[in-house]
Amino acid sequence: MPAILFFAFFAVAPMVLAFYLSFTQWNGLGDPRPVGLANWRKLLNDDRLTQSLTVTVALTVVSWAFQTVISLLLGVWAAGRQRNRAILSAIFFTPFLLSSTAISLLFYALLDPNFGIIHADTLGTTSGAFLAIVFVGGWQFIPFHTLIYQGGARQIPEVLYQAAAIDGAGRLRQFFSITLPQLRNTATTSGVLMIVGSLTYFETVLILTQGGPGTDTAILPYLMYQAGFKSYDFGYASAIASFLVIAATALSLLMVRLSGFGAMRSTREGM
Amino acid sequence: MSHDTLQRPVRTGPAPGTDPTPRRRKHWSGRANPLAGLGSVLWLAVVVVPVYAMISASLTHQSEALGHNALKPPSHPTLDNYETVLHNGFGHLLWNTVLAAAAVVAIVLVLCVPLSYVAVRTRSIWSGAAFRLFLLGVAIPAQAVVVPLYLMIAKLDLYDSLLAIILPTAAFAMPVSVLILTGTLRDISEDLYEAMALDGASPTRMLFQLVVPLAKGGISTVVVYAALQAWNGLLFPLIFTQSDGPRVLTLGLFNYVSEFGVNIPALLASVVLSGVPIFVVYLVARRALVGGLMGVGGK
Repeated sequence: MPAILFFAFFAVAPMVLAFYLSFTQWNGLGDPRPVGLANWRKLLNDDRLTQSLTVTVALTVVSWAFQTVISLLLGVWAAGRQRNRAILSAIFFTPFLLSSTAISLLFYALLDPNFGIIHADTLGTTSGAFLAIVFVGGWQFIPFHTLIYQGGARQIPEVLYQAAAIDGAGRLRQFFSITLPQLRNTATTSGVLMIVGSLTYFETVLILTQGGPGTDTAILPYLMYQAGFKSYDFGYASAIASFLVIAATALSLLMVRLSGFGAMRSTREGM
Repeated sequence: MSHDTLQRPVRTGPAPGTDPTPRRRKHWSGRANPLAGLGSVLWLAVVVVPVYAMISASLTHQSEALGHNALKPPSHPTLDNYETVLHNGFGHLLWNTVLAAAAVVAIVLVLCVPLSYVAVRTRSIWSGAAFRLFLLGVAIPAQAVVVPLYLMIAKLDLYDSLLAIILPTAAFAMPVSVLILTGTLRDISEDLYEAMALDGASPTRMLFQLVVPLAKGGISTVVVYAALQAWNGLLFPLIFTQSDGPRVLTLGLFNYVSEFGVNIPALLASVVLSGVPIFVVYLVARRALVGGLMGVGGK
């Protein structure tokens, strides 16, 4: 099974190695030197970790709320029959064609105080920088989640709406009593993807704010990048990385427990 | 993008206008929904304004750029910025990126199709364990392993080569690819396998004559997904490469920030250029791309 070997070598082995490195001191040259629990002790007493965790969680939650509301509405709308819908859908989709790097650069330029749309130092303030990251993440991923919701909304049986209409339910009532409950599984799928995806905001933070102002937007992966590839403290970076793996795994298990992939795997048809 | 799917790809709606089944709708009567329409137009503005500003700014002369508001169209449109970028080795970056993406797709397909086939067809403890290992792999954030990978790549003498980007990118695209493929392959009916087995087909022949043609949807999804991973990844190139030789597009863009610093029009011109190739692909193969992405996202 070459596939398993390949994957084990490049993804599983590094994880084990990361744990090992977290008990060593290593500056990227020469060989790692064992230092026992020093890195972990440092990590648990590091104020930046608490701050970084808070920012990471806040960013994830706010992004999730922002993206879900907009994608849901757009997706339900796009599943319908309007004039120009195809053209609009195509336009909606464009942000998704650019890479995170390109999108982050675009907004880095547009938010530039001397050049951009807003002549203010948006990225220089804590709340401005935070909201900018949420917005840029949304700008990039909402098209994708809109597609998911559009697919979900198309699978709701027409008959439900006809029945509701006969019962005299208005459009809003139909939306809240039929559309939303029927999209529950879709929302789970999309939500899991958003939460996992928010770990990948690394590029956005790296380009847009460099974790700033100060360390106010330094999400966990960025903190690790700084420790390793800026301060050359690879042992400490590995401790942060191990912490990240533990947190991500716990989060995944929790989400599986809460939603159950069973629910996510139902309602499907082949491609 | 690192979107993970946990279920099977699903058919996207048929192309507009070719749909034989009536589509249900909140407003089944076919009346327009002014509120929803307004909302969609608002979001349209949110999408279009930055794109417009980007293109307009990339045509602005650098002398005009400072203190210029990006929303104003340039007074003397110029292509100078594009020339600047193209003279900065843009072609080389693009070539590297295409090469890396193609290699990643090839590795992922060659490794994952047989693996998924075995995982679906055999009921051994091993194949189940392998499958679960990949499920776990979905949860590993790539950022978490860059430090040890950096050590490994340095020890393997791969540092600063295109392979240093290709191998880890392919490895991290595998879990989701396996999930997509096993989902697709499970849909192939048992009868077909049995019929082929009766005809005396070897497992290998089955794979190529039965599985590959029938799993086209899943395979194209995987191709799109793996290519996008390679196309969009910045982390691996940033950490595993250094010189101009193996530099890819994302890293090139990232470096333009320090290179062009204040030359924002040139910076934006490079962003526009980076989007052009994939935009062309999108125009040519819109259905496949969107279908593939829907597959990645699932239902």
